[in-house]
Order: sequence, then C-alpha cells, then structure tokens
Amino acid sequence: MVRAAGAPMSRAALLVLADGRFPAGGHAHSGGAEAAVKAGRVTSAATLEEFCRGRLHTVGRVAAALAAAAALGIDPAELDAAADARTPSPALRATARRLGRQLLRAARACWPSPELDALAAAFPKGAHQPVVLGLTARSAGLGPEDAAHCAAYESVGGPTTATVRLLSLDPFEATAVLARLAPELDAVVEAAVAAARRAVLDGTDALPAASGPLLEIGAEGHAAWPVRLFAS
Amino acid sequence: MGAGEAGRVAGVRVATGGAAGVRAGDGGAEAEGTDAGVAQAEGAAGITDTGTPSVPTTVSDRPASPATVPDRPASSATASGRQAPHATAPTGAPAPTGVRARARLHARPDGRGGTALPVLEGEGPLAPRRTRGSGDAARVMLVGAMSGPLGGDRFGVEVHVAGGARLHVGSVAATLALPGQSGGEAHYDVRLDVADGGELRWLPEQLISVCGSDLRVATRVEVAPGGRLVLREEQVLGRTGESPGRLSSRLTVRVGGRPLLDQELACGPGAPGGWDGPAVLAGHRAVGQLLLVRPEFAEHPATARMLGECAALMPLAGPAVLVSAVATDALRLREVLDEALALLG
Repeated sequence: MVRAAGAPMSRAALLVLADGRFPAGGHAHSGGAEAAVKAGRVTSAATLEEFCRGRLHTVGRVAAALAAAAALGIDPAELDAAADARTPSPALRATARRLGRQLLRAARACWPSPELDALAAAFPKGAHQPVVLGLTARSAGLGPEDAAHCAAYESVGGPTTATVRLLSLDPFEATAVLARLAPELDAVVEAAVAAARRAVLDGTDALPAASGPLLEIGAEGHAAWPVRLFAS
Repeated sequence: MGAGEAGRVAGVRVATGGAAGVRAGDGGAEAEGTDAGVAQAEGAAGITDTGTPSVPTTVSDRPASPATVPDRPASSATASGRQAPHATAPTGAPAPTGVRARARLHARPDGRGGTALPVLEGEGPLAPRRTRGSGDAARVMLVGAMSGPLGGDRFGVEVHVAGGARLHVGSVAATLALPGQSGGEAHYDVRLDVADGGELRWLPEQLISVCGSDLRVATRVEVAPGGRLVLREEQVLGRTGESPGRLSSRLTVRVGGRPLLDQELACGPGAPGGWDGPAVLAGHRAVGQLLLVRPEFAEHPATARMLGECAALMPLAGPAVLVSAVATDALRLREVLDEALALLG
C-alpha cells in the first residue's frame, strides 16, 4: 500500500476530515438535490436513495478517483484539468472550485504542508474540491483509500442532509439511506482507488468519467433561479 | 418497403430491410431511405474520390447469404424484431466469432478550393459513400451494409481531417446494437482527428440499444488548437416500448492535447445502480450531446443557458460548447439538438 510520505496513518485524522462539521463550507450545497426536489424527481426516502445511488456511481466515483489520485501524488494541475473535462456544467465547475478554495483554507490550518501551499499558489481561485481533498488527506498522513472514502461519502452525505431540510424528511429515514448505500460506497471506493493507481502509470485518462446528465442540466437550471436555499 | 418491427422507433430512420442484414455486394442490397446516389451497393470496398478502389478487405468469417445468417435480422421486413435474433440458429453450428470491421476516412484540400478524400475505405458492415457536398466541403455517408453491431462484433471508424479540408460525415440510418449469437459485448470505437485549419462535422444518426444487446462505445477526438468540430451523439434506450440493452459510452475530447471533455454513461441491465434514477436519466429514453469546438470560443465563450427543462447549453473549460440533453424519445431529442445547432450556427 502506498502511504503518504512522512506522517503515519491516523484514523483520528480521517474522522476530523470526514466530519460534517469540518469548516469547509459543504453544508451550503445540496449536490443537485434542491433542483431534483423542485423538479419533483426526489419526493421521499426511496427516491432520495435512487438519487444518491446515481450520484455515487457517477460524480461520486469520479470524485473518489480524483481524490485518491491526488493522495497518491499525481500532479494536481493534471487532475484539475481532468476534473474540468469531467464537469461540463460551468455552474458545477464554479461550485467545485469554490468548495476547493474553502477546503484548502481549512486544510492549511489543520495540516500545513508545502504541497498545500503550492496548490494555493497555483490555483488562487481554487482547484476542484476532490483534488484539494486528496492533497489534504496526503498532508494529514492519510492514504488514497481514506481520501476516496471521504469524497464518495460526501457525494451522498451532502444531498441527504439537504433533502432532510428541503422535504422535512425524517432524519432517521434519511440516515438509513446512507447506511443502505454503505456497501456500494465501499465498492465504488475500491474501484476508484484501483483506477487512481492505474492513472499513476497511464495518465489521467485511466480515471473514470461517469456522468449524470440530469445532474449537469439540473445544476445549470438551478444556478439561474433567483431565490434558492442552497448554493448548488 | 414498410418499416418492419425490427427497427420501429418513433422518429428514427432505421434501415430495416435492404442493406440491413445483407452483406453489401450480395446483389439486390439496397439501403432504404438513403439519399440518391448513396445506396448503390457497390460492395464493401472503399472507393477513393478518384474512382480508384482501395483495398477491399472484406470480412469473410460470416456467410454472405441472409438465409444462412440466422443471427442477423433477416432482410425481409416481415422479420420480427421481438424474436431473439439467434432463435433460428442451427444446432451444432460452430460458435461464430464476431465481425471485425474498420472504416477509414482521410480528408485533405484538393488544391482547387475543395476537399479531396484520398482515403475512403470500409469493410463488412461499414460502408462509407461520398455524396454531393456543399461548397468546399466533402460529404460522406456511412451506409450500414449489415446489421449490427451484434454481441462479439468489433467495429472501428477512423477519420482524419487535414488543415484546410472540410468534411461532413453522416449516416443513412440509425445504428442498432443487437444481441449476438455468441453473446458477449460488442465494441464500437471511433477516432476523430482534426488538424489546424480543418473542419469536421460528425453528425451520425442515433444509436439504439436493443433489448439484450451489450455494446461499449468509445469515441476519442483530438482537435488541434485551430481545428473546428461539430459532433453529435444520440443514444436511444430500446426500441419503442422495449427495455434497453446494456450500453456504455465514453466520449473523450482533447484540444491541443489538453483534456476538454470526458463523459461516460452506462445504462441498462448490469450498469451501475441509479442510472435510471433522478440523478442520471429519470426514465428518459433518449440522451444526447452536441459538441462544438471552435477557436473563436477561446476569446468569446458562449453564455450558458437552458434549452427547455431537459437540455442545457454549456461553455466548457476550453474553446467549446456542449449541449447536453435528455428526452422522452429520439424525436424530441433531435428537435432540441437541432434547435441548439441552429442557435449556434
């Protein structure tokens, strides 16, 4: 197993990074759930589960692979370009960079490292969030599996919390959705890390590029709303 | 010839008879619904624009007569598409290997203000035909000279457009991904390459994923910084009222060697979960993309906008615009993509 140089593996660091209260601004985003609720496509715990499952296997898989690749030490600029190509929606690219910038600020306070400083200097407007996440994990002494787990979990955790607020959904039911998705999440992480390891040798084309057309289209519609509860 | 059950999809032109199911060159093979001059089934050999036949490397591992090709939907319009294509396969027949076929197109300036096609060759199911172009552009239609791809088949198309050349590629009918006798997945690989000052319009008809089929499509595009591209990709999940087969499709586009667009969609039985859920397709049965790459977009990027509820026009992180759309059926998908193409010019 490849481990970030220097720091020993720390499970507690993973808990700090994965904590929903980690001050990286994610709580203001619904991951497309607000648009899907408005369109009448997410109306219940069951439809939330299908929404999250679709996210997990598309943008979740891609984010997990990007984060794992960054944790393995692949050039963040190359990964950022790969993330751009996998995000056709300009609204989602802007969101990913905003979240990346916010995460980087928190990460540099928690786990200062020359690599995070260099990333901040190279991307003053923010790099794609999964790339920052992977480099943060690396700086915290975590491995690619940890980075991928954080990214994949975020891809479904954010929309679930948002939907509780949007639909006044029972929080127990909503959290049960996440628990049911856990085995699939583990499988997505495993595949994402394997792809990231291939990308070390074969370049970023080896990373998955799974897409959700309605996530992209919905994000563009959502960005044009005059009033909304969530930023994305 | 009436549209047979085999290819009934609302709003989609499908060659159900004639060329579909019959090897071109068998005699009597005639594509339905083609432009005049396209359907002359002069065999699978490529014809260069100087009239010189290129190497006719036809596929020979599959019998020519439709009567002995039970795994191809028959040329008769009465053939039932609901019947499993291999249902009439003779017992004891050796398991067929898939068809491997490749088409190659090279376009370059002809020195007189037009576009020449020094390479225009196909084989087996892939039959490119030059048709009347407009202005200085050459126009090529891909004629489906055989149905498919079937499970186990491996098709490839390569297009190179040199600087100063303009090429427009279409197809005469939708492509049907069909189940194969041997099972297994089929592959369709497309490689497009546009040099500085070249222009390619790649506007094929729809790809229809028929129930029981399993197709992997990979489209890789390289555009030089001064190249121009219009690319349309439409996927229809199942014929009318039918559940789809397995379809995985990846579109990878680089401009000047930098990644511009990388999009992968997997749907149908066996695809990762949630593909038909509210984040991905939500029951829509047609999904498409229209990509325009133009050097001018670097200076003057397009403005993002919605095209109705289920389509968005999006400037990419590069000199390009992508229109992404989902629709209930192929007809509505084409309407929105045509509208976008008219909007962008």
